Amino acid sequence: MWTWFYRLASPPYVYGVAARLAPWFLGFAAVTIGYGLVAGLVFAPPDYQQGDAFRIIYVHAPSAWMSLFSYTTMAIAGAIALIWRIKMGHAVAAASAPIGASFTLLALVTGSLWGRPMWGTYWAWDPRLTSELILLFLYAGMMSLRSAFEDPARGDRAAALLGIVGLVNVPIIHYSVVWWNSLHQGATVAKLGKPAMPGSMLWPLLSMLLGFMLFYGAVLCMRLQGEVLNRERQAKWIREAIG
Amino acid sequence: MSVGLWEAFGLIVRRELCLSFRRPDQLAQPLVFFLIVTTLFPLGLSLQLSLLRDMAPGVLWVAALLSSLLSLDALFKSDADDGTLEQLALCGQGLNVIVVAKTFAHWLVTGAALVLVSPVVGTALGIPGGAFATMMLSLGLGTLTLSWLGAIGAGLTVGLKRGNVLLSLIVLPLAMPLLIFGAGATDRAITGTSAAGALYFLAALCVFTCTLAPFAATAALRITLE
Amino acid sequence: MTGTLLLSMGASSMGFWAMGGYARFVWPCFAFAGLVLAWNWWSARRYHAAARVRAARTLAMAASEQS
Repeated sequence: MWTWFYRLASPPYVYGVAARLAPWFLGFAAVTIGYGLVAGLVFAPPDYQQGDAFRIIYVHAPSAWMSLFSYTTMAIAGAIALIWRIKMGHAVAAASAPIGASFTLLALVTGSLWGRPMWGTYWAWDPRLTSELILLFLYAGMMSLRSAFEDPARGDRAAALLGIVGLVNVPIIHYSVVWWNSLHQGATVAKLGKPAMPGSMLWPLLSMLLGFMLFYGAVLCMRLQGEVLNRERQAKWIREAIG
Repeated sequence: MSVGLWEAFGLIVRRELCLSFRRPDQLAQPLVFFLIVTTLFPLGLSLQLSLLRDMAPGVLWVAALLSSLLSLDALFKSDADDGTLEQLALCGQGLNVIVVAKTFAHWLVTGAALVLVSPVVGTALGIPGGAFATMMLSLGLGTLTLSWLGAIGAGLTVGLKRGNVLLSLIVLPLAMPLLIFGAGATDRAITGTSAAGALYFLAALCVFTCTLAPFAATAALRITLE
Repeated sequence: MTGTLLLSMGASSMGFWAMGGYARFVWPCFAFAGLVLAWNWWSARRYHAAARVRAARTLAMAASEQS
């Protein structure tokens, strides 16, 4: 049963799987994002309070979700690599970092542009916004730390440890709207039972969320191939892989 | 002759304090930096004391953060450079005790000193005497937490050239919640409302960090030393 | 049917593109999102290509050492 797990520790296997999965992820991402954009921009009715400005949710919420998702992936992959000494974990963590950082930036920018008409300000020092900004700094610190070491293996391990330490920020961001009086709205989708959104608005959002995740998978696979090659330059299987 | 756990802790703390006091100028540097930085804000903003009071908690805390960071680079550096750290690691007590002892000694020399100096700075910034107790308590808890966060950062960056900038880059985002609650507690004490909530949160952060950070800092040292 | 629906919405100036007056917030958001997605795709491709070049170079050096 665990053979699939052990195979993931093998660099040529990972390289091959990533190469084969990437186009599929990309294709499905295109379909889901395409549907989400059309349904969300054209067919979803305007919001009672926010009018057409609410449509920003179709890029803001998925990017915010992905910023947390990829940080968690990065931290867990690094932890697996540290604990079980599976080097491919470091490759996944290293590949994830720039993608997650770009999603965090996207979440901050789209949130800021949404905040201007809704709250009257481009920025507020509110718990969720502040902790999301801290997440961006954490990503930057991770990438700087990894590249600061001359020995890449040591850099990988140091970055993995920092990733685990920074993981504590993720639940803070997610629950910040629950724990504190925040300007930012609370959970709309994740509420169990009836979500607060009507179906015509919800389905495009779910589709965009899925689409962003699939896109992340695609780009991760593409970057991962590069990371594997960089880490395994001396290995024999490279010859056939590059051709 | 085997040394007990607490004995080893006491020995290393005493060693660290001895080494620190041998260089009193280096000891005073973070404190002087603290005083200078807190002076910069009133000079830059030229506010009257009554208006400065509103900004005082933030200014105090930012200055405390920055001056603690200054000295963190040296936490493991000199011992790592001359091989003492590896010798200590091999002596049989385990790296954990060494890390805890060194970090505690570092806090005594920087954080605790900052707390003692803070009433002077607080007066200069217009903080009323009634808020001093909360201010010092929050600074004490905060600097202790910061010493531990800094120990993790110092462990990760000990071997790097120009590691001190990277150290700040790593530690400051982690220290932001500390700043929010520490300055918040002092601010509430100044305006007269109860600072209990913020202080409890600060204490919780402190306990959380002091419990888990030693493991992270030891792991970091093992990664960079081996 | 959807064609005429889309056309009718786009045809009026206070329609689709105006986004109920919020156009200058909504469209930059989507544009930036497209930019970020495109950058991710392009950056990953470039990273992989550079890694292939470096790996090929290492292989060539190893081969020339053996011969």
